[in-house]
Amino acid sequence: MSKLELVQTLTGHKGIVWNVSWHPQGKIFASCGEDKTIKLWSKEGQQWTIKTVLVDGHQRTIREVAWSPCGNYLASASFDATTAIWDKKSGQFECNAALEGHENEVKSVAWSPSGQLLATCGRDKSVWVWEVAGDDEYECESVLNAHHQDVKKVAWHPSLDILASASYDNSVKLYKEDPSDNDWSCIATLQSHESTVWSLTFDKTGERLATCSDDKTVKIWREYKPDNQEGVIVTDRESVWKCVCTLSGFHTRCIYDITWCHHTGLLATACGDDIIRIFKESETSDPNAPTFDLICTKLNAHTQDVNCVTWNPTGNKEMLSCSDDGEIKLWSYTE
Amino acid sequence: MTKTADNVNPNVYEKGSEREKLATDYDDEVEDLFDEREIFDLIRNINDPEHPLTLEELRVVEESNIKVDNKANIVYVTFTPTIPHCSMATLIGLSIRVRLLRALPSRFKVTVEVSEGTHVSEQAVNKQLADKERIAAALENKNLVQIINQCIATV
Repeated sequence: MSKLELVQTLTGHKGIVWNVSWHPQGKIFASCGEDKTIKLWSKEGQQWTIKTVLVDGHQRTIREVAWSPCGNYLASASFDATTAIWDKKSGQFECNAALEGHENEVKSVAWSPSGQLLATCGRDKSVWVWEVAGDDEYECESVLNAHHQDVKKVAWHPSLDILASASYDNSVKLYKEDPSDNDWSCIATLQSHESTVWSLTFDKTGERLATCSDDKTVKIWREYKPDNQEGVIVTDRESVWKCVCTLSGFHTRCIYDITWCHHTGLLATACGDDIIRIFKESETSDPNAPTFDLICTKLNAHTQDVNCVTWNPTGNKEMLSCSDDGEIKLWSYTE
Repeated sequence: MTKTADNVNPNVYEKGSEREKLATDYDDEVEDLFDEREIFDLIRNINDPEHPLTLEELRVVEESNIKVDNKANIVYVTFTPTIPHCSMATLIGLSIRVRLLRALPSRFKVTVEVSEGTHVSEQAVNKQLADKERIAAALENKNLVQIINQCIATV
């Protein structure tokens, strides 16, 4: 019997906790929220406790935090229109760079797998790609205006420099750099959701993408490369992404986040009905029309909307969630 | 504001009477659940952003447009803009949301929408009012919060 067991409830933030992010080694995590602070947590004995509080980096809500793949840098996206980069070269965490350019609220930030690129997006409908140019130096490589509404989330492919974004305009877009002129462009638009797409997550191969939406569904998208065996027509030599599965009828309110574990293949969702749900692909699943089963429903995971869920990157089946109720919860999943 | 109102001469309706106090209201043994009337009382005296009138007097809000499910923690309110292209619709909806957000226990999920077929941008307004991230960002805007506070300040 699959279950999600509560390991610890962590309090410390005031007001909404918007996001939690595991350090790549899975022994530290960062959290952020309405109280404009970032808190770094680690384990002391059996208990997770706050080790560091980062203040004064932002003037308004901090919407999202993200660790660089090397684990030495932390990026934070804020409603104050800036993205801050923190590191502890001096011995303790300090903000050593601020990325400015968005007109208003920055909603999401993500590092590329190489750690050389950074993407941000925001309410000004744009997606920015930044290059790490040197010590504490970041240069804007490209401003992508493919969406026509608020952009909610950016996420990188797990191994390639391919970027995905999700928007209030109900679509998901993919981007990559054109090697001929070093300019970034939109290479695919994924349309099927009927309302805001809040989040997205790649599987470990990067050939599938899961998205979640205000339309209360989760969709699984599959990449069809040029000359694919299935006979899906591909023009322009760019892959075509098709929605191969829609999980509907499981969620009763807006789905704010989704996370795909690269070790177990389990998909978890954070929902406005206070529930965390876990889905598993069925063993007989057809790659062109996969089926996923709901294997765990954690009722009242929080007392208010769940904003974020994230699996521990080490694959130890630990999960973090955070909520409007001001709490962060650490869960342990058992099959 | 020097701007003239969208609807210069709105229809004005009579205010309803105060809720009758019942003996059970004073009985601590009786569980007091939220009902439609109670939600209505929380929002009926919100001021219209353009007129010195309440949302009740303009029939922007009515008790019959409120649904409460105590068990499921759901409050659903629809409001009716005085004219179909009212530019204040989002602000009015936001005021209702903020009033309920502050007055109700946090367990409630509040949905505020334009009554069906009463506004030209109904879907866009509803989508905006349902997006809690955009609401959170809007409520960090001091000028906007000041305007909302003026609307929901009751005598």
